[in-house]
This record gives sequence, structure tokens and C-alpha cells, in this order.
Amino acid sequence: MKKPTELLNDVTAFIWQEADLLDHKAYQSWLDLWTDSGLYIVPSELEAEDYENSLNLALDDAAMRRMRVARLESGESVSAKAAIKTVRMVSRVRVLEGGENLVIARCAQTLNEMRHGKLVTYPADIEYQLRPVADGFRIERKVVRLLHAESFLRTVSFIF
Amino acid sequence: MSDLIDIENVDAQSIGKRAADMVDDEKGRVKKALYSDPAIFEEELDKVFNNTWVFVGHESEVAEAGAYKTAFIGRQPVILVRDRKRNLHVLLNRCRHRGATVCEGRKGKTKSFTCPYHGWGYALDGELRSLPKAEEYDGVIDKSELPLERLRSESYAGMVFATFRDDIEPLADFLGGAKKWIDLFMKQGGGYPVKVLGEHRFNFPGNWKIQLENTTDAYHFPIIHKSFISSLDEATADIFDFLDGEGFVEDLGNGHSVMVMIPELTDLEDNLEEPIPARFQGLADELKAEGHSDEEVRRLVRAVHGTGFNLNLFPNVSCSMAFFRVLRPVSVGETEIQHVALGGEGAPVAFNRKRMRLHEHFQGPMGFGTPDDGEAWERVQKGAMAGTDGWILVNRGQNNLHRTPDGNVAGAVCSETGMRGAYRQYKKMMADGEEI
Repeated sequence: MKKPTELLNDVTAFIWQEADLLDHKAYQSWLDLWTDSGLYIVPSELEAEDYENSLNLALDDAAMRRMRVARLESGESVSAKAAIKTVRMVSRVRVLEGGENLVIARCAQTLNEMRHGKLVTYPADIEYQLRPVADGFRIERKVVRLLHAESFLRTVSFIF
Repeated sequence: MSDLIDIENVDAQSIGKRAADMVDDEKGRVKKALYSDPAIFEEELDKVFNNTWVFVGHESEVAEAGAYKTAFIGRQPVILVRDRKRNLHVLLNRCRHRGATVCEGRKGKTKSFTCPYHGWGYALDGELRSLPKAEEYDGVIDKSELPLERLRSESYAGMVFATFRDDIEPLADFLGGAKKWIDLFMKQGGGYPVKVLGEHRFNFPGNWKIQLENTTDAYHFPIIHKSFISSLDEATADIFDFLDGEGFVEDLGNGHSVMVMIPELTDLEDNLEEPIPARFQGLADELKAEGHSDEEVRRLVRAVHGTGFNLNLFPNVSCSMAFFRVLRPVSVGETEIQHVALGGEGAPVAFNRKRMRLHEHFQGPMGFGTPDDGEAWERVQKGAMAGTDGWILVNRGQNNLHRTPDGNVAGAVCSETGMRGAYRQYKKMMADGEEI
């Protein structure tokens, strides 16, 4: 069993690595971070719990994640081409459950996007369910609760 | 003040007339200033949004006694609420005392509306019920004269509209030729009443009419949505390849229009014997395993993708294939949009779940379609600032019109017939009786 500080360190390093891959649009490497059954979820209602029976902004299984990445990388999407750069900051990482087979962690993220010369900011709470594996973790579930999920968002052509 | 010249009114008329003159009906073009002139925008709120039937919600959103949702008519906040006797009301969201909003929730259930400022309490039908320290009002006010202001509201097929005007035609007459298409649209509950499952909300820095045009614009689909089409299986991608098909756009009058993209999905109760598409085989198997009859499975599968048409209802809502698209003008250069997902009330869970997944695939701020629409709209607004004058062309397909069996004018599926119909209504409303 790892010491709590050691686990926190490993989880934080993993989450930072994921954030770095997404900001640098290394989407193929990002896909490798997931388990086959993993779900990437951006709810449209902050209180939602039964995501599969709720309308979300995104609820991606492995196939949808691959399709989402293919769309962003295809060069066919004019909005993806306009999403030049994102810079996200992740902090306030806390391990909620540190099991042998499943680690649950929560953190805060602020993502900044430069869009048509204007800075757009997306603060969010993110919850991870991580499967420990030999070389770190795989993501079983990532739930991104955007602060303004229930109000009016700008359109999004990147991955939170 | 002179009673011969009402200066304020003369001024207002001239802006409306100016906007009306910017719609060149004959040549099928509109001046780009209609997207960018703040004075015209202010006039539109008055002459269009405060002056006709505006969609405020679906009855399923306020299904139970005490259920409410907040909405807007133009810039004015309203509450759609069902009272204890199950009657629907559309109330102005403004306390009659000092004017604070009495309801800030997006939706929910309540027994009454209480103003947070001084505690005036209103019943669900808007009647003023209670006042703290009432004795200071003895002989000063009469409670019965100070309800939340109630708007005229009427429903068609579960869609609730409201208006500030007591003297305009009934909703059914305003919808006119669109009613037949609303009836067809509502068949996508798959044998169950249509209900709202949730909604996506997003905004874009552009004028509301850009969005209004888009819902009756098939021409853009294979271009801007190429990345969405690439994400589909071959058979589904073929269905969306409709520009050379038998579809059409029909002007239904009063600014309404229908764009039929996939004619074989016009009536979802037809052709139930057709083979189940491969992409819905999983859903069919799931429904069958739950014990639904073959006929029921076929009806649900045929309905799951929605209809093959977009019905544009002037000025603020569209029944767009599988969802409601509701627009709200915020300012001349900002518009808020809701994409309201629909399913069947009491329908199998697997059916509603599939409909939500399909909605998420294309719609909303993270869908595979909406962000590219938003990008195009933003650019139209930017482009509207180029040059001192200029035309937006909505004349596509003007050379190839025909009469439909219903007696309406129609053009090819990728014609701009629906936009011209909307602008004709816009021109009439903005002119407001002035000669144009």
C-alpha cells in the first residue's frame, strides 16, 4: 500500500500528464490513457448522477472518443481549426478513495482558450476514477462539471 | 407636448420602415445592416418579439401542478407555470412592488412565488396573496389589482406560445399551414407523447436572424458539417446526402417554412415494414429482449432518429428533425440558443437513452455539428462589418419554384425559400402598416 502523499503525487502527476497531452493536442496519446470501458462525461446538469439516462454535453465511450479525436484531427472541422490553443491549469487535487483496484480523485481546472482574439475561460470541477496499472493509471471515468454547464456556453472544439 | 406630432413615434416608425426597406423581396436579398444596426435591433424587440406569438416551452417541462420554468420573450423574463388546477400561465417575472424578479430558478417546482426583496407572495396563477406589514397598505392598494402580469398564452400539440398582444389572431391561425407539420413532428415519440429530456444551451456572437436562416438552410450541410458526416457509417452518411434528392422547402406563410431533407422520413408511422438500419440493430435487439412486440420495436426504431424535416416557426423556434431549437435575441450581436432534446413520455428507457446519445452526437456546444455552425455564424456577423453597405443573398432557387398540393410556394431542398418567407414576415412586421 502506498503512503497517502505518494499516491497523491502519482495521481497528480498522471492528471498533469493528461492535461499536457490535451493542451498540446496529442490526442492519440490521450486515447491510450483510457480503459476500454472508460467513459468521458461532461454533464449538462450539475446535479446529474445517472449520466446514461441524462442528456449530457458529452458522454463518450471508447468509440465516441475515437470519433471525437478523428473529427478534431481531420482538418474538416472549421471550428476545430479556429481553436488554436488552450492552456489549462489543474490544481486542488485530492484523493477521495485510494483502493487497490480503483482510485477516485477530484481536482479543479481552469481552461483558457484564445478564440478569434478573445480569451474564453472555463472553470470546472473534475472527478476521476482511475485504474492502477503497472506504469501508472488508466482512466475508467472522467466527469467534467463545468461551472457554467447549466448556463450558456460558447461552442467547444477541443477536449476538456 | 404637441398632440399633432408624436415625435417619439415618428422616430420609431422610421427605423421600422428603414429595416423593412432593407428586405428586397423581389430580388431575394437583405441588407447586412439588419445584422449589425443596434437601433434596428431595439425596434425588432418591439415590432417582432413583443408583437407576435413567441414559443416559451413545452407542456412536458411543466407536467405537474407547481412545476415552472423560466423563459424570455425577447428581452423580457417570463415564467411558464402550471397551477394547482393544472392550468398553464405565462407570467411576467417581475414583482409589482419594486420590480425584482420573483423566480430565478431555471426550472423546478414551487407552491408560490415570493419576491426576495420585501416578501410579496404570489400564487401560481399570479394572484398577489400576501404582503408583510399589510396595514401600511390599508386604503392604499388593492391586492386584486396587483397580480404578476399575465400574458395571453395558447398551446398547440404541447408547444406553448405566449404574446403581449390580446388583439392578434389565435395561435392556431398564426401557425396555419405549419400545424400539419407539427403533427407529423410529434410522431417521433414512437407511439408515446413527446416529452422534453433535457437541453443544451450555448450562445454565439451574432445576430438572431443568422440562426433563424440556418434552420432552413440545407445548402450548408455537406460543407460545414463534413466532419460530422465523416463520423457516420456509410448508410447513414448516404441518408444525409440529400441535396440532390427529392426534398423541398415550402413557404407555409406567416414566416413559417418547412425544409424536407429526407422525404422518406416525413411520416414516421409509414413504412414500418422496412428493414431495421444496421446502426439501430442494437436498440432493436434490446427492445425485443425487453419483450416489446415486433411492431412496437419497428415503430420505435423508425422514430428514434426523428423526422426528415426542419420546421421553422417565426420568430424563435424550430422543430428541427429530432429537437426544438429555440433562439433568444440578447443584443444586436449576441444570441442565445437552446437545443431541446425530446423523447417519449413512458417510452422504453433504451429508446430515450438512444435519442439522447444521438442528440449529443450532433447538437450542443460539444456536439460534432453545432460548433461548426457556430463558427460560420460568428464569421457572418464579423463579415457584416465589412464595407459600408452590402447585401446578403437569399435568392437561391428563386428560378425554380412550384406550387405544392397545399397551394404554397416551394423550391428545391437547398433553395432559400424558407429564408425569403421569414424575411417577408419580418418586413411586414417591421413596416407595421407603413407603406413599403
